[in-house]
Amino acid sequence: MNDLSIDIRALVKRHGETVAVDHVSLQIRRGEFFSLLGPSGAGKTSLLRMLAGFETPDAGEIHIDGRSMADVPPNRRPVNLVFQSYALFPHMTVAGNVAFGLEMQRVPRGEIAGRVEATLELVRLSDKRDRMPGQLSGGEQQRVALARALVNRPAVVLLDEPLAALDQQLRQQMQSELKSIQVQVGITFVCVTHHQEEALALSDRLAVMRQGRVMQVGRPEDLYERPENLFVARFVGASNEIEGVLASVEAGTGDLLPQGLAPMRGIRVSVPAGLQSGAPVVMTVRPERIRVTPGQGAEAGGNCLHGVVETMRYIGSEWQGVVRIGESVRWTIHAPNAGSGNRPVAVGAPVLLHWSPDDGVVIPLI
Amino acid sequence: MLAPGLLWTALFCLLPILVVLAVSFATRGTYGGVLWEFSLENYRDLLHPLYGRILGQSVLLAAMTTGLCLVMGFPLAYYIARLPPRRQALWLVLIMIPFWTNFLVRTYAWIFILRTEGLLNTLLLQLHLIQAPLDLLYSNEAVLLGLVYGYLPFMVLPLYAAIERIDPALIEAAWDLYADRWSLFRLVLVPLTKPGIIAGCVLVFIPSLGAFLTPDLLGGARSMMVGNLIQHEYLVARDWPLGSALSLVMMLIVTGSIVWYLRAQAPRDGERGAG
Amino acid sequence: MKMNGAGVWLRGISGAVMAFLYLPILVLTVFSFNDSRLSAVWQGFSWHWYGVLWHDAALLAAAANSLLVGVLSTSLVVLLGLPAAMGLERLRGKGVRVVETIFLLPLILPEVMMGVALLLFFVMVRWPLSLATVVIGHAAFNLPVVVVLVRARLQKLDPRLEEAARDLGASAWETFYRITWPLIRPAVLGAALLAFTISLDDFIVTFFVAGPGSTTLPLRVYSMIKSGLSPEINALSSLLVLLSMGLVGLSLVLQRR
Repeated sequence: MNDLSIDIRALVKRHGETVAVDHVSLQIRRGEFFSLLGPSGAGKTSLLRMLAGFETPDAGEIHIDGRSMADVPPNRRPVNLVFQSYALFPHMTVAGNVAFGLEMQRVPRGEIAGRVEATLELVRLSDKRDRMPGQLSGGEQQRVALARALVNRPAVVLLDEPLAALDQQLRQQMQSELKSIQVQVGITFVCVTHHQEEALALSDRLAVMRQGRVMQVGRPEDLYERPENLFVARFVGASNEIEGVLASVEAGTGDLLPQGLAPMRGIRVSVPAGLQSGAPVVMTVRPERIRVTPGQGAEAGGNCLHGVVETMRYIGSEWQGVVRIGESVRWTIHAPNAGSGNRPVAVGAPVLLHWSPDDGVVIPLI
Repeated sequence: MLAPGLLWTALFCLLPILVVLAVSFATRGTYGGVLWEFSLENYRDLLHPLYGRILGQSVLLAAMTTGLCLVMGFPLAYYIARLPPRRQALWLVLIMIPFWTNFLVRTYAWIFILRTEGLLNTLLLQLHLIQAPLDLLYSNEAVLLGLVYGYLPFMVLPLYAAIERIDPALIEAAWDLYADRWSLFRLVLVPLTKPGIIAGCVLVFIPSLGAFLTPDLLGGARSMMVGNLIQHEYLVARDWPLGSALSLVMMLIVTGSIVWYLRAQAPRDGERGAG
Repeated sequence: MKMNGAGVWLRGISGAVMAFLYLPILVLTVFSFNDSRLSAVWQGFSWHWYGVLWHDAALLAAAANSLLVGVLSTSLVVLLGLPAAMGLERLRGKGVRVVETIFLLPLILPEVMMGVALLLFFVMVRWPLSLATVVIGHAAFNLPVVVVLVRARLQKLDPRLEEAARDLGASAWETFYRITWPLIRPAVLGAALLAFTISLDDFIVTFFVAGPGSTTLPLRVYSMIKSGLSPEINALSSLLVLLSMGLVGLSLVLQRR
């Protein structure tokens, strides 16, 4: 109980006709880097704004550090928000921006100076303390926004698409910086993003959201390796799928009988608890788990399907292609760049796709 | 936070208008003032040929002012919109400065130029272009000149805003598709700048119709406009009910043109996407 | 820049229209330095008419009245208009259009209409015409000017800034005082200067609601024009032109910031 930082219970928020947040319950632990991942319109920003206090829930409760946030206005909440646009006060210096929250809390002047200095040190902006926000680069503005939140030592720092406004290269650099700062200060971070790679890289745990609902909560590896539904499978990484019916389920394994496909032999899959033979399911495999070999002869062991290469593109570190299986099933494959840029398989060539039964994730069709 | 300002406007603008409305249906007292007896007499009086003539003349003068401003303002607005951005800003400020200088003074400047012993007559006489001074002042033409001079900026600014928004590629496309200058103007510029043209026309028409100073100072005995008539009824004839009826008719015309303007500004179905 | 035939033509017209706008004012100013009673014939340079202005007691009294009316009505519209603009900005829903229209009413009303309506109103409530009624009149037609300009600035303000201040612990008042006000201050000053200029220049509404002894500068100029021309008017006019240009220029600079 006492390591719980945020406790969200059955939270509902409506915007007119649409339900932005639909009975969301989440427990976020103290010191955790937690992300809300989802496409736009998933309700993650509404959720964040309710945590900050800018929107009022229509139903449900939010507790932060065990205290109910109902009727607590934004300026009295132990949370600070890093805005997507940074929202730096344009008429104040960097140090002025960072000091603002402390001044509002009537922290003694001497203490303010010290804490501002230390926080600017933390985000490596000590030399920019007297600049105006307009004179800073995008990355520097981002760090000021972060410092302005951190300096107050809030229970929770909320981040709204923190890296969205930065270009690709700066983004990656800021990702690791953000993570290391979070580890250093040990404050709970709640981060909204639509960028799945970023969410996986930064988070201790994350929640994938869709149309106001939480689809799955877990560690990045849980979500990527064991998606509980097709939405998560497709939104977090690429998903190669085959629809079918389970057969001969026994002791956590079974066979998948695909629809409209004649596999060389039954597809072996591991079956989650509660699924019986005859259940309609989808099996999904990540591209990098598939081994591609030219030719038609089957190898012994593992799962295997015939296909024809439709496209192949070279992206440097590897080859990425699309293989058609049967009439209309298309899978994405990643083939390592084995050397000298040679095409592993030719477009139009028949190939074999191999993968281990452990890598096929079975998702029930409802 | 709205309340004090709202109350202020309601008290010193909305309420006075309602008073005018009420008085317009009242009867004139024997020695001026208002008798609270309901009557439509004042509105019937407006049909009198004398008032009708002044009303008609006001609308005509305002319409001519609007037309002249449009003809003079369009080339100017087009020229400014095609200048480099920095020069555009300079020209716009230059257009706005006279508009913000004292209207009375600007009208007086024309008296100084046009009157019998004025600058223009003096100059023409000295150059022996004329033998006797011309009667330029105190005429409908002088009023028209003063009105155009006074309200031209109202036309240029919205026209500029509309023309500036046109994608230059559209004009180039028209050239490319064999349009001559007249077709370009008629088939591309006018339809695309229509909201700006209407805005400019309404912005010029309204103050022109309600003009008081220009006809008062530059006009002769026969160039009275509604504004002068209203002032006359209130302050000279002291027939407040009639003056009120006149004011309301003027306000009705103004409101009508504003409604027309708002209708024209609202995007119609199907036009939205192209914008 | 290369110029084709149409370009030259356009340039010519534009130049001519500009000359039309500026020549009268320019001529007036030049002749205010004319050392002659016959105002339209140039007799040599002189400051004479400016000296005459300086010793015209009635004129100085009118100027003092104008200044007083300007300062009072401007203070009033800023005090009323600033909260009104902020209130309008926060207002949501169907009532917005109605409230907006009421605020804009004085702006779309013909000036003569505004003048007679106020006159009639003051007479009906038995409020004697005086300098006070002039101040009220000016504050009535200048309120929308301040509301519109301040609101335009508020609309450009990132609403996230106020949220950020709240998030960092600022109360509503602290948010206004530390964030909103410093950011809109130039626009408010610009709007105030513009309202002051309009008040200083107003003739029509003043004409209807001014009581005896509350002659303002434009009223004085009007009666000078009506009672026969003197080069003194040229000098006074030039000063007024210079004054409005300066004030408006300053206002524009402030609003740009």
